[in-house]
Amino acid sequence: MNIVINGIHYEVEKNTTILQACRKAGIDIPTLCHDDRLEPFASCRMCLVEIEGSNKLVTSCSTVVKDNMVVYTHSDKIIEARKDVLDLLVGNHPLECLSCDKSGQCKLQDYCYEYGIIESSYNGDRREPYVDTSNPFYDYDARKCILCGLCVRVCDELQCTSAIGFGNRGFDTVVTTPFNEGLINSKCVSCGNCVSVCPVGALTPKVQKYRHWESKEVQTTCSYCGVGCQLNLIVKGDKVVGAQPSKEGPNDGLLCVKGKFAYKFINHPDRIKTPLIKRNGKFEEASWDEAYRLIRRKINGIKEESGSEAFAGLTSARCTNEENYLFQKLFRAVIGTNNIDHCARL
Amino acid sequence: MITVEKLKKIKKEQRPLLEKRLREIGNVDIKEDGSIVLNGDYYKKQLRIALKNCEIIDPNNIKEYIAVDGYFALADCLSNMSPKEIIEDIKESGLRGRGGAGFPTGKKWETAYSYDDDQKYMIANADEGDPGAFMDRSILENDPHSVLEGMIIGGYAVGADKGFIYVRAEYPLAVERLQIAIEQAKELGVLGNNILGTGFNFDIELRLGAGAFVCGEGTALIESIEGKRGMPRTKIYRTSHKGLWEKPTIINNVETYANVPVIFQKGVNWYKNIGTEKSPGTKVFALVGKVENAGLVEVPMGTTLREIVFDIGGGTQNGKKFKAVQTGGPSGGCIPADLIDTPVDFESLDEIGSIMGSGGMVVMDEDTCMVDIARYFLDFTVDESCGKCVPCREGTKRLLEMLERFVAGKGEEGDIERLERLSNTVTEASLCSLGKTAATPIVTTLKYFMDEYKAHIYDKKCPAGACQALVEYFITDDCIGCGACAKACPVDCISGEKKELHVIDQDRCIKCGACMEACPPKVSAVIKR
Ligand SMILES: Cc1cc2nc3c(=O)[nH]c(=O)nc-3n(C[C@H](O)[C@H](O)[C@H](O)COP(=O)(O)O)c2cc1C
Ligand code: SF4
Ligand code: SF4
Ligand code: SF4
Ligand code: FES
Repeated sequence: MNIVINGIHYEVEKNTTILQACRKAGIDIPTLCHDDRLEPFASCRMCLVEIEGSNKLVTSCSTVVKDNMVVYTHSDKIIEARKDVLDLLVGNHPLECLSCDKSGQCKLQDYCYEYGIIESSYNGDRREPYVDTSNPFYDYDARKCILCGLCVRVCDELQCTSAIGFGNRGFDTVVTTPFNEGLINSKCVSCGNCVSVCPVGALTPKVQKYRHWESKEVQTTCSYCGVGCQLNLIVKGDKVVGAQPSKEGPNDGLLCVKGKFAYKFINHPDRIKTPLIKRNGKFEEASWDEAYRLIRRKINGIKEESGSEAFAGLTSARCTNEENYLFQKLFRAVIGTNNIDHCARL
Repeated sequence: MITVEKLKKIKKEQRPLLEKRLREIGNVDIKEDGSIVLNGDYYKKQLRIALKNCEIIDPNNIKEYIAVDGYFALADCLSNMSPKEIIEDIKESGLRGRGGAGFPTGKKWETAYSYDDDQKYMIANADEGDPGAFMDRSILENDPHSVLEGMIIGGYAVGADKGFIYVRAEYPLAVERLQIAIEQAKELGVLGNNILGTGFNFDIELRLGAGAFVCGEGTALIESIEGKRGMPRTKIYRTSHKGLWEKPTIINNVETYANVPVIFQKGVNWYKNIGTEKSPGTKVFALVGKVENAGLVEVPMGTTLREIVFDIGGGTQNGKKFKAVQTGGPSGGCIPADLIDTPVDFESLDEIGSIMGSGGMVVMDEDTCMVDIARYFLDFTVDESCGKCVPCREGTKRLLEMLERFVAGKGEEGDIERLERLSNTVTEASLCSLGKTAATPIVTTLKYFMDEYKAHIYDKKCPAGACQALVEYFITDDCIGCGACAKACPVDCISGEKKELHVIDQDRCIKCGACMEACPPKVSAVIKR
């Protein structure tokens, strides 16, 4: 199919949305409610574009291209419409960027910067303040919520828990749990996938203070199970202060409660950082050299005395596939036994 | 098993009984061609198709419906017509949806027909959420079988075997009568399995709405039937392609369905000749407001507003000056007196900035403030916005806040421009038609009654004298000093010696109007200005 975007011809496949076509062409379209993994929702209206021959604006995230469509993504009319949408959003949003955890990685902040919105031109009512801090890992602050619905849809469509939904109607709408009984009393499994997708500071992990610009992301494989979820650890100085799921990898941008929130052991003072060798009935810190030497000596001794079949190896589901492979190789090729198993075989 | 012969037999037996009953009541004329119409001036000027059986037959007796030719169209369609032929006839008749948008019904049915699927659905939209509207209610309560018959014909045409009627829970009588009608139709064999012995199956269930206006919007209604929150879907697909549970679904308005059997009874050509070329047939209006004869009016499309408001409605009450008429419900437009000769059809109303909507028609006289009317309708939309999309959720609220400021005398320079701009954004950027049309009352009043906006904002005056905050009670020189007003004033802000001119302390006045009422009618020295 042929389409023209901002005067340039492109060829796209059938059934692509205008947004997908634009992204492929490297044209940046602002979106607040879109996620490739979810059904189009079209609630934020930031992705509006103009189509020649039609006097209506359409949302590019939920409009499929037609052959010979002529699209404008940044006409004056569109820019003004997006400005109005942002103006309306910040008219019901506390501009607390100075103290907001999300500052620096907030889509609302970024778009206000891009479209030159300094403050709202409306000075009217605001949504009733409402917070849910009952979950041990994260908080919800309705004042900052822009109701993009990403959290609700991730929880429903991808996490398949459907713990949260919209409550009230119109201007009073909030994200909430059934009968407003609070996250802790809901079906929520604390996976935090809602927190990961929130584009603003409405859903935030419980205090782990850091500024986005003073942190860096380190990609790693989650060590809790063998699925191999990819995540980016957020590191400030030499401390891990957060985890964000990565879209590359089998987890496609999702995590469970452990991957998302259970990283605090990394910097825990009780954590064992060197091998321990038991001497005189007491564990003592040792170097890796010492430890390997001891292992080698013991293995050789037992093998001489009782043969290879005296050994059995058991690995953990928390090891990666590569580590598990190497371990069985060690047992079969070096030690010489097939007595090798894994705790996830149950 | 019921057959056409049996239907004819029922008709033959029941018809004389019906006529006898009606003659006793004496509210109808029975014409030579067999049609029965309500008598009286109010009805003479109307042409009733959708309402043709209302107040004539007993809705709780399916035999009376059969006595006025009910279910014969269904029998004819099932035995003598193919689905394709039915769709062609509906297309040819030019029938357009009566739920507001006027979408061609035949075209919609054709789309659903064209998708091959193991399951398709028919839905009757009986949510009727417009304040003051009661067209559908009247049909459901007085002639439920006409809706069932229309749905079954539609089901046969598109290949659906399941129908839902989504009806407001606030219409308990309609619900009850629909339930009775469904039971009787099943018992007789015109609904359920093997209808009229043709092998066609069709079942209808009721679903009750919980009072959200937005659930009248087709896709929100579908979400609601699916058990989800009533929020409109983004329209990637037509519902006739992927609707209820992602299956091809026809959703039509109650009045639309009520028109279907008549088209087959009387023929496509008969139908096409009523109304205008692009909007054939009739439309039912709920004529309300400051009009002498309020009520349901069904007239051919293209009838002028003047004929409806003055000839049928009898004009305004108490000889007040006619000012405007609002068509199309809360998202409709206000049409000024000088456009009273506009014909009422989809195109003509659209041209002057208003809409047909579902058929609300509110008459306004000189005492109605158009800024306040816009505020009133916005207040409704703000309450009923589902909250999904930004322009409607946040924008209608800000529009309302501006209008609230105007009627309170707090409008500022530049506000009209701001109001225009935001109205435009809400209209262009909202997701569903609730938001897209929410600003129509503002846009049309700005277009036709700009003076009133300016008076409120710049002069702090309400020309209609309706906005409490902007009126002033004032005692003229005609005052005879009787003191009746001072006695009536609940905040004691009127002073004056006996037999001398009395004065109202404007700062303390609460604008209750008690003084005006207390002043002897012969004197009438208290005026509102
Ligand atoms: C906010 C909103 C409320 C609506 N309410 C109703 C309603 O109460 N009844 C109705 O028939 N259509 C209503 N509609 C129109 C429906 O979306 C739909 O167009 C209609 O039911 C289709 O039937 P028709 O083609 O027979 O008119 C509403 C639309 C909107 C946007
Ligand atoms: S933490 Fe997971 S289960 Fe809980 S609400 Fe968020 S997405 Fe749903
Ligand atoms: S909490 Fe965040 S993700 Fe959820 S609706 Fe609000 S802004 Fe969107
Ligand atoms: S326009 Fe209003 S009613 Fe329609 S989806 Fe948006 S918020 Fe909901
Ligand atoms: S991204 Fe398209 S409407 Fe939000």
